[in-house]
Amino acid sequence: MTDKHTSLPPHLHDIRKQIEGHARAFGLDFYDTVFEVLGFDEINMVAAYGGFPNRYPHWRFGMEYDRLSKGYEYGLSKIYEMVINNEPSYAYLLESNMDVDQKLVMAHVFGHVDFFKNNFMFRHTNRKMMDQMANHATRVRRYQDKLGVELVEDFIDRSLSLENLIDYQAPYVKRRSDRKPDPDEPPERAVARGFKSDREYMREYINPPEFLAEQQRRLDAEAERQKRLPERPERDVLLFLLEHAPLERWEHDVLSIIRDESYYFAPQGQTKIMNEGWATYWHSKIMTTKVLDASEIIDYADHHSGTLATSPGQLNPYKLGVELWRDIEDRWNKGRFGKEYDECDSYAARRQWDRRLMLGREKIFEVRKHYNDVTFIDEFLSVEFCLDQKLFTFGYNEKHQRWEIMEREFRKVKDKLLHMLTNFGQPIIAVEDGNFENRGELLLVHKHDGVDLKLDYARETLKNVQSMWRRPVNLVSKVDGRGTLFRFDGKDHSDKRVEL
Amino acid sequence: MSLKIKQDHSRFRDIVRGRIKSNLKKFIQKGEMVGKKGKDFITIPVPTIDIPHFRYGEKQQGGVGQGDGEPGDPLGPGQPGDGAGKAGEGEGQHVLEVDVSLDELAEILGEELRLPRIQPKGKDRIVATRLKYTGVAPQGPESLRHFKRTYKQALKRQIASGAYNYRKPIIVPTREDRRYRTWKQVPVPETNAVVIYMMDVSGSMGDEQKEIVRIESFWIDTWLRKHYKGLETRYIIHDAVAREVDRDTFFHTRESGGTMISSAYKLCKEIIEAEYAPSSWNIYPFHFSDGDNWSADDTRLCVDLLKHGILPGVNLFCYGQVESPYGSGQFIKDLRESVGTGENVALSEIADKEAIYGSIQQFLGKGK
Repeated sequence: MTDKHTSLPPHLHDIRKQIEGHARAFGLDFYDTVFEVLGFDEINMVAAYGGFPNRYPHWRFGMEYDRLSKGYEYGLSKIYEMVINNEPSYAYLLESNMDVDQKLVMAHVFGHVDFFKNNFMFRHTNRKMMDQMANHATRVRRYQDKLGVELVEDFIDRSLSLENLIDYQAPYVKRRSDRKPDPDEPPERAVARGFKSDREYMREYINPPEFLAEQQRRLDAEAERQKRLPERPERDVLLFLLEHAPLERWEHDVLSIIRDESYYFAPQGQTKIMNEGWATYWHSKIMTTKVLDASEIIDYADHHSGTLATSPGQLNPYKLGVELWRDIEDRWNKGRFGKEYDECDSYAARRQWDRRLMLGREKIFEVRKHYNDVTFIDEFLSVEFCLDQKLFTFGYNEKHQRWEIMEREFRKVKDKLLHMLTNFGQPIIAVEDGNFENRGELLLVHKHDGVDLKLDYARETLKNVQSMWRRPVNLVSKVDGRGTLFRFDGKDHSDKRVEL
Repeated sequence: MSLKIKQDHSRFRDIVRGRIKSNLKKFIQKGEMVGKKGKDFITIPVPTIDIPHFRYGEKQQGGVGQGDGEPGDPLGPGQPGDGAGKAGEGEGQHVLEVDVSLDELAEILGEELRLPRIQPKGKDRIVATRLKYTGVAPQGPESLRHFKRTYKQALKRQIASGAYNYRKPIIVPTREDRRYRTWKQVPVPETNAVVIYMMDVSGSMGDEQKEIVRIESFWIDTWLRKHYKGLETRYIIHDAVAREVDRDTFFHTRESGGTMISSAYKLCKEIIEAEYAPSSWNIYPFHFSDGDNWSADDTRLCVDLLKHGILPGVNLFCYGQVESPYGSGQFIKDLRESVGTGENVALSEIADKEAIYGSIQQFLGKGK
């Protein structure tokens, strides 16, 4: 099946065959992968487009391109690899790279593609996204031709401002019931019947009057809620707008394009640490155990260490990921898990612990299937790991006007890390009411979890929501511990204190 | 694959350029443009156009890092960028650097502030000569011998006389074959300018005040450089005494003690007299202080120096009074009364960074 990839020059074709063979032998299971060799200008372009050669026209791709090509020109950064989640997967190689780099990149890419194919987070993603993106591009171009570039671009800008207002969990749970009540018929008032009971004399005991009253109250509350729009707070704000905002047809289409792409890209962000770690684990394993010869080892080591470099203020997902994967493999090889191990509180015994189970490899393949970054960190980040990797939390010290290391305590580090990953690191915002104050206004509620919103951005974003909802929009959040309602009525912003 | 992204790219550049224009004020305030200067280009860090989202305030959020250090240690120069959680599809804040040539920058500034072109004085009078090699002659000094032309001449002669043998192509020039470069003296109008910056560095001038002076001087330099071929800058700092310093010292010195402005004016006058003859130089003295002078007597001396020593020879004398909590701000009033009506005098009060914009307009709006 590799024969159709004749676009690779012969020596790369051979390398590819070799690497692919090793990857399969290790048990990696990936889609067919198409490698393309590009010059730096082209690779910058494709990278700016997020990996897809065909995207709708928008200046932010130009911005990204500008940044990438400047970075390349000044020798600050270079794109080594890029791979997209599609079937077949597409991966890009930089023409000017040395062969040893190409080998590394290919090995890395097979790691990613294996992850795309097997991790549950990607199950809902469109595997023909390449075509879908081109389709999106055509649709947007058509609107631009018909309605003018400015108008459409302006709407895209506003849509992008809301692109993170999707329900990151939605693809994995069922939020709404399938039952659609008939909107024209007012539902009858449900009557609480209590538990079924055949024996008359027992009825008083099985369904005491207080119990029945309580049940009735609940049923009424439920009926009341069903009258509301939305019935439950809707975290997919974009979907709510698509369904209920007075959008023009083309606006509706553009907004749904933005939403589709958001959902497509979301899992990549939600598995960044795992995915990069996994690919790094495999390129390192394949290269060091199978592929490298003596003449290549220095260059390989140089580039590999460049990928894993850490700097104090930044967490390198490659580094954290690969170390965690190795830690898991090691722990399951040595049997460092389970009740007995967890309850052992002798530091020395834990450090010496080795049951020679050799379950590591099996375990990591299982983990790559069923976890995302949040559950991965939650389950496998251990005290020992935190110490070994010298993890810490940092924060801004107002007094010293600088960023400082705050804590090295395991619990704090883990909590912070999880907080950064939860909901894709985005504040949780949901539509609470589409008919707020019975005036057709929109009410959004920010579920405050200890960190305030960036207010200037929040106001600007609110403005963009308003431009779609057309009626005034409101956002409830907390600022410095106080409940605040932000409102934009189409002309002016206003805030007022509210009780939460 | 043709680069279809060029379209998006140029669109982005247009927006950025538009941004530079409409937000110029903001850039001046930030003062980020000063600092990194290449040969002809200046690198301006321009924040990328950031589409607003609902997101967390950064400073409250903090993050997780990796490495050595005790709690309480600063993170060091690498400031937190996007943490692992945010690394999605091209998100986070990046600083983009856009190259704009100084000329372009001055152009933008002029357009934005509606500054008139400067009419350099004495354009006709100030003439220098330059040598220009214009032709070739059969006589001249050996040092200017034109080898190629000489060779050609000899080759022509040998072929013409039949002495040339293509099997053994040896060319021997004779005396007559030699050619030499000749030159002409070309008059070049020189429009040189010198800016003499004077600044009060007495205790009452704080960092913020100096920052204002620094930013303002950058823009003044940029604008004047556009109009003059050679622009020299001199720096004088003063408290009770004045001395000439280099640029770096100028912006970073902090003295304590009294203020005698006359000392600076005296030194300025001396420099002009010694090095910059008004007949051949466009002279721009700029003076910044917080308006506090030692005594009324000294102020009188200043006015005297200005009237008789400095003003007659210079294109434009500018005085910028930076507001500070300690200064009385009297000096500008005194100047206004005594020399304020002079047509080559510009006085401006600069309350804060916001006011830099207006102040540049007051200084350079005279078109001198």
